Parts: sequence; structure tokens; C-alpha cells
Amino acid sequence: MNEVVREFLLEMHDNLAQLDLDLIQLEKEPGDRDTIGRVFRTLHTVKGTSGFLGLPKLQAVAHAAENLLTRLRAGELAYNTEIANAMLESVDAIRKLLEALEKSEGQTEGTADFSSLIQKLEKLTAEVSTSESKMTMVAPSGLSGFLSPSTMVSGPIPELSTPPLVPSSTTTTPPAPPSPPVPVVPPPPPAAPESVAPRVPSVPQSSTPVLPEPPPASPPPPSVEPVKSQPLQSVPVPVPSPPPTPSAPMPIAQPPSAVPETEAKATGSVSDSAIRVDVGLLDKLMNLVGELVLARNQILQFSASQEDGAFLGTVQRLNLLTTELQAGVMKTRMQPIGNLWSKFPRIVRDLAMACSKQVRLEMDGQDTELDKTIVEAIRDPLTHLIRNAVDHGIESPEKRIAAGKSPEGRVRLNASHEGGKVIIEMADDGGGIDPERVRQKAINNQLVTPEQAARMSDRELLELIFLPGFSTTDRVTQFSGRGVGMDVVKTNIEKIGGTVDLISKVGRGTTIKMKIPLTLAIIPALTVTSGGDRYAIPQVSLLELVRLEGEAAVKGIEHLHGAAVYRLRGNLLPLVYLHRQLNVESGAEPGVINIVVLQADDRPFGLIVDAIHDTEEIVVKPLQKQLKGLGVFSGATIMGDGKVALILDVLGLAQRASVVAAIRERAMTDKTAPTDTVSGDRMTLLLVETAGGGRLAIPLAQVARLEEFPRSSLERAGTQTVVQYRDEILPLIDVARALRTGGKNGRVRALANEVNSVQVVVYANHGIRVGLAVGQIADIVEETIVNRSRATRQGVMFTAVVQGRVTEFLDVEGIIRSVDPELFAQPSERGVLAP
Amino acid sequence: MSATNQFCTFYVSGQYFGLEVLHVQEIIRYQEMTRVPLAPSTIRGLINLRGQIVTAIDLRRRLELPDRPADQLPVNVVVRTDEGAVSLLVDEIGDVLEVDPHQFERPPETLKGSSRELIRGAYKLDKQLLMILDTERAVNVTGGGRNP
Repeated sequence: MNEVVREFLLEMHDNLAQLDLDLIQLEKEPGDRDTIGRVFRTLHTVKGTSGFLGLPKLQAVAHAAENLLTRLRAGELAYNTEIANAMLESVDAIRKLLEALEKSEGQTEGTADFSSLIQKLEKLTAEVSTSESKMTMVAPSGLSGFLSPSTMVSGPIPELSTPPLVPSSTTTTPPAPPSPPVPVVPPPPPAAPESVAPRVPSVPQSSTPVLPEPPPASPPPPSVEPVKSQPLQSVPVPVPSPPPTPSAPMPIAQPPSAVPETEAKATGSVSDSAIRVDVGLLDKLMNLVGELVLARNQILQFSASQEDGAFLGTVQRLNLLTTELQAGVMKTRMQPIGNLWSKFPRIVRDLAMACSKQVRLEMDGQDTELDKTIVEAIRDPLTHLIRNAVDHGIESPEKRIAAGKSPEGRVRLNASHEGGKVIIEMADDGGGIDPERVRQKAINNQLVTPEQAARMSDRELLELIFLPGFSTTDRVTQFSGRGVGMDVVKTNIEKIGGTVDLISKVGRGTTIKMKIPLTLAIIPALTVTSGGDRYAIPQVSLLELVRLEGEAAVKGIEHLHGAAVYRLRGNLLPLVYLHRQLNVESGAEPGVINIVVLQADDRPFGLIVDAIHDTEEIVVKPLQKQLKGLGVFSGATIMGDGKVALILDVLGLAQRASVVAAIRERAMTDKTAPTDTVSGDRMTLLLVETAGGGRLAIPLAQVARLEEFPRSSLERAGTQTVVQYRDEILPLIDVARALRTGGKNGRVRALANEVNSVQVVVYANHGIRVGLAVGQIADIVEETIVNRSRATRQGVMFTAVVQGRVTEFLDVEGIIRSVDPELFAQPSERGVLAP
Repeated sequence: MSATNQFCTFYVSGQYFGLEVLHVQEIIRYQEMTRVPLAPSTIRGLINLRGQIVTAIDLRRRLELPDRPADQLPVNVVVRTDEGAVSLLVDEIGDVLEVDPHQFERPPETLKGSSRELIRGAYKLDKQLLMILDTERAVNVTGGGRNP
């Protein structure tokens, strides 16, 4: 492709994103001359360059849009929804033309026809210029033809189009700005919240200080700038001069948004100092730095045996420099998440109009940085969530008013760093998700049985939304609600090692919180050996490690008609021998079996390896084409000693060993098994050991999760010991103590001091979560309870023999009530965060 | 075909081969390799070339010649391809030769097997024949035989 064309396309890619933002910004602050000026310059560049490159269609569209904008800028006509739509349509048209251009390697603009758009633009332009006095009527009638005024996104438009103020003489002298409007029209800028204006740092639209356009003589000092309309009014006088400089052959070099200094506050500063760099080059730098780190390590090792002071000093400096260089290079791959968000205002606007809703998008933390590959990976899930929020989350203005809310709905995006991860939160103040409807829907779609559904807590019900084939809306719209979605969002986020949490409150809104790793290029992985070679297993798919020695190694593995299985807490775990799958000879230590329990497609399987080593951070590198088709390796990495190790593709391996297909059927039975407990005498039980050596059983159905908290994370709230858990404050109850004292003293105070961590069974029901601190989690078994005998103390339902041992069955709710009677007093108020 | 007639030469199983010198990125001595199970047998493993992971293809196996004796270490001829660098394992490195294009001749019809598509032809040098390999074809290994 022609170098000039390529440059043009690259430049336009950024400009178009900014154009969308600017046009939407204009709707909020129709008088903002900076924004109009920026849009104008971008369109002008398109027009100029397309003329220069011989692209007539592009030139025609840009020309028509620019003409309309000239009127706008001269103040002869007010920005309204109709014009906004036409302008946005033009942006889309330009985008389409550029795409065609890119596809055809710069040869053609494609066959699309934009004459109707151009006519529309011309009509809009002409209407105004012929009779300004009519403009009052023009704007509203145009609006009603399009949408009812109540659906307009931005309120202040009607007042702004009070046009009788425009003197008719302006027709011939566009540069003369109508000064009268100033006192009459209340400038909207202060009203519109600043946060709406997404001044996204995506703007690499190099606003170089070197201005190709004649800058206004002695630009007003920036300090005056913030004072809204007065100084702005003075700007237009010099500005109209640039447009007449037509298709100069310079446009490629000309920064499209060469912003006069007056605009210092708006954009710029970021892009002034930024340059474009090829991603391939960055990857190469990354490789080299990785290699430098290895060389540095070797020198460090070597220097340990040296005594030359000067040499040691140099090595120290080399060490520090390398570390800093590594951090710096890693940073170059990072991108602000705002780049991704920059298209959301447009999506929200269009969608809100189509649904006749009023939605305001607020964004915070745009400059939070993520690795480029991650930004790509979360693009679709986030877009989907935004659409969902506008389409299903926010109610119609009438409904909102009836509910006592402002007619304008809010969608808030927030990004921040937290503990080496990026937290992305999306909250709406819409109708929220009604757990009852979820329950009904889940039953109707046969995702759960009515009995199961009846037992589920609100939080569990909300989790159902993430199941495939779930959709709560009964209506299917053009935009969302087709029953695919949330499950895809969840899988996509989990694929990159992230998590999704959903909090919703009926009438108050929904918050979706995602935790995402900073980078995909570096992942934590477990190193194992098989047949003398090392392999890395991504930590994401790792569940647990099992080591069988002595007798267990001999008897532990059973065969089910030839298929090796291991009984892991009562469930059969299919086993796969890594060396057999890879066709290499095993080098395992005799008498020892190492099982790495992995999950593929949500199903666990055991991978038998020769030896298990450490977990470490590895740099993922792709395999070359000669090795891509093997299916069991997802990449390779360079280990600390400089040698290459292959990264196992867990899903591919599972498919090769055909565990996945076999496993999938088991998934259905597995899923129903734990919830089956209470009915009948066959129960799945969680067995725990108390510090005193006693055995307790808790029906697994009542257990939400098993957690282990470091002692240091325990905090106190009044007399209650608590721990922060998934954004909630989880009260902890020491089960052993509660049983001993009949609940009088069951608040965890000094949990067994000898251990550094606390094993906690998280109980969740009726929206309440309580942590039960237990001595040691022993096992999960499925047992038929035969010998029941009466409980001997409070907090115990009954006693029975489980696996040959007398076991007390815990009355969880009884214990919680005895320790803190108030917990149950306010059902479903807890565990829900108001957005 | 490129107009260049400079070739990087090397020996494989006693035969004399050459690659266009512009395709060759560098020559490095034997590197420890990580074998890739399940890969075609021509792929001997992966090497770490200054942080870049490079696939090593054994030219002996690629040309269907007998394996080199265990005590003989191969040399890496790293070539540039569309998909990044690939290493070709050879026995011994020769000189960079400039040859007379008139001495070139296409391979005879009697040359059979998979080597036929790899060998573009030979230069008739005074002492011996210099066989020219097609770089892209030489590194084009997919599927095929499995490791024993």
C-alpha cells in the first residue's frame, strides 16, 4: 500500500474515534467552540487529503459535513439532534469509506453510495441559510420527525436554538459572530457535568505545537480560558480564516487537530510527547531485555566468586540498570483503558435514542493501564455489558420518574489498580435484577429444578445469569437479550484469568465488577517434569496438587475398565499420564505418584507427571507455524536458566486424552449431586476436624465456599471478628467455641494461636454470609446416614456415624442465631451493595 | 529467482549445500535444545536465540539422510523466513561463495523423493557440486512424521 495512504489511514483511525466523542460532547455543550473547531479541522483534513489522494466520495461526504459545520461554527444555527445524527452518520460513512480503502490496499473507496446522506447534509445546511427566522420551527419539526423531544439526550438544546437573536445580516458575513446570544442564552457548560466529557487519553491526534494554521493573533492566556462564554466569543473572529486554505498538498503532515493554544485545557498535553511505535518492535525489545536479565543473572553468579571491588561495583550498577530497563520496557506495552472506552459514549448515545431512554455515561479511571492484549480481550465483553446496562438496566424515563428517580439514568464505568490487578466496575442505577424473575426464568429454561431454585439464596440466583442460555428479558431487541451474552462475558473474562462478580438490588441498579490481570504476556505457571523435560502449566487451570506415596501410590490409582481414576474426596477423578500423551518415556521416581489436578472446560482431571516444581512467572511466547498444529502446547517460555520450556495447553491436552467429552456428561450429574443432599438420607457432607479432635459434619448444600484467610487479615468490628471477603465484611464465628459455650462466647476472639491461617467455611443463605472458622477441613464425602442419635449439646442437630467415626452434625443456623441473633433479623439487606 | 549468486555453504552428511546468503541471519554453534513431543521428526527442538524462541529443523532428516552420529554436534544456520527466524541444523559450515550463474543446472529427473522440491539445482564447481536449497520450502514442515 502507498505509504501516504497508510499514514492517512493510521491518522484517521484515531481522529474518527475523537470525532465521535466530540460530536457527542457537542450535544451536551452545543456552544463549545473548541469542540466545534476540532471537529471542523478533522473534517477539513479528511476533505483536503481525500482530494489530494483522488478519493471523490470521501471528499464529497467530508465537504458536505464541513459545510454544515461552517454554519454551526458561525453560530447561524444551533446544534440539535437532527444535525447530530447527520454528523454522526457522516462519521460512519467516512469510516466505511476508509475501511474499503484499507481492504483494497488503497486502490478504491468501495461501492457504497452516500448520495442520500450528502443530500441530507446539504438540506440541513441550506434550510438554515435561506431563512434564519424560520429556524425556530426548523429545529423542533425536524426533531419531531425523528424522535419525540423527550427522548433527547441532552436537555439544553431547545433553549439554545432560540434563534430570533441571529441577525439576518449574518447570511452574507459568516465570520461575524452573533454576539447578542451571550447574555440571553445561558451557557450550558457549567450545567453539564465535567465527567461526562470523556477527555480520553486516546488522543494521539498529535496536536503539535507547530501550527500549520495561522494561530489567532495573541491567543488569550490560558488562565482566562475556563471563564465560559465570554472569551470564547472572541475566538471566532480569527478562526474562519483557515478553512479557505483548501486542499493543500500538506494534509498528511498536518496534524489534523492542530489545536491553537487557546485550547490548552482540552486536549493535547498527552499527545505532544507521544510517538507511534510498532508493536513488533516492542515485542522484540521485550525479548532482548528478557535475555539481558538472564545474562545479568549469570554475571551476578559469576561475580560472587570475585573480589575485585571495581568489578563488583559495576556488576551492581548493571544489576540496577537492568531491573529498571525491564520495568520500563514492560510499561511500553501498557495502554490506558480509556482507548477502549472512547467508543462507549457513542454506543450509549445511539442505544439510548433507539430505546427512547435518557442515559448519562460517566467514566472514571480512563488512564488505568493494561497490557495491549488484555485491552483487546476485554473489548467485546465490556461492550456487551454496556449495551446490557442501557438496554435492560436503565428504565424508561416515565418508569424512572414513577420510581422517584431522575429521568436520566446513569451508567458508571470505573477502573483502578488493586493488588496487581485491574478492577473494572460498571454500575447502573437502573431497575436491578429481580431474583424472583431469575428464579422463574431458570426454572422455565430448565436450568435448575424448582426444588433447587427454592433453596437458592438471592446471590446464588444472580449467579445463574452467567449460565449459558439464560436471559431475563422477555423481549429480544436489536441490541441485546438473545440469551447469549453473560455466559460469554464470563468465559471471556475467565479465559484471561479474570473474575466477574455481580451485585444487584431491585430498584437500585446493578454493579458488575471484573478483576483482570495486568498482562497476558507474563503469567504465573507451575513447572512440572515429564520424561526429563520441563513443562509449564498456566496457573489459571490449576486446581490442586496431590502426591501419593508408599501404599497410596500402589493402591491409589484404580482402573475403571482400563481407564485410570483416582478417588478425590469421594469423586472419581479421571487420570491422564502426561508422558503417554506426549509419547515420551516416563522418568518418575518409583513409588511416588504426582497428580496435578487441572480443570478443562470447568471439569477436573488429574494429570500424572514425573515431578512437580515451583510456581513462577513466565513470559509467554508463541510457537512458530511448524508447531502450531500440535494442539497440546499453547506456547513456549524461557526459564531462569535460559532453556526453553513448552507451555501445556490444558484444554487441548484434555481433548487429546478425550477427557473433556467424557467429562461433560458427568458435569450434569455432578452439578445436581450436591444440592440433592437434604432430601433422603444420602447426603454430601463437608467433614471438619475441631481443634480438640472432634469431628463435625456440615451439609455441603449449606456451604457456599471454603476459604483460608491469613491470620493477619482478621479484623475487629466492635466485639465481632470479621474479615474482608469479596467486598463484604464477613463476620466470623469460631465453631468450636460456640459449641462449648452454647453461643455465649462464639465470636472469634483468639483463634488457635499456633497456626498462621484460619480455615473458614462460608455459609450463605437468605442473602446472609457468615464465616465459620473451623479447625481443619478434612474431607467431602457422600454418605447414607443410618445411625442417628440425639444431639448432646446445643448447636448440633444430631450425631451419626460417618466413615466409621462418630460425627456431630452441625446446626449452622442455630449456631449463627445463638451467636448473633440479629443476623437473621434483617434478611437480604446484607450482602447487597448499593451502587 | 533472486539475482544474487552469493551462497552460504555447509555440509550435510558429506554433501555440499548452499543457501542464498541474504536469507541467512547468522550461524551459531550448537545450542541446547528443548525437544517438542508429538512434533514432526524433522523438528529437533526449540532453541533460545537471545530471548527469541526458534524452531530447529534437522536438515539431515529433512533431506531424508541418515541421522548424524551421536558424538557429532550440529551447527545452527539461522535463516530469516516470513514467520520469523528458523534454525537449520547442519554438520559443518563452509565458506560464503560467489559463483558463476552459468554453471547452474536444474536437478536431473532422476532426483526423487521429498528432496526434489527442496533442491533448486546445483552449481558445477571445479571440485564438487554445490546444491542450492530453497529456504522457504526447507522450513515448511507441518504435520508429517511423528517422533519415534
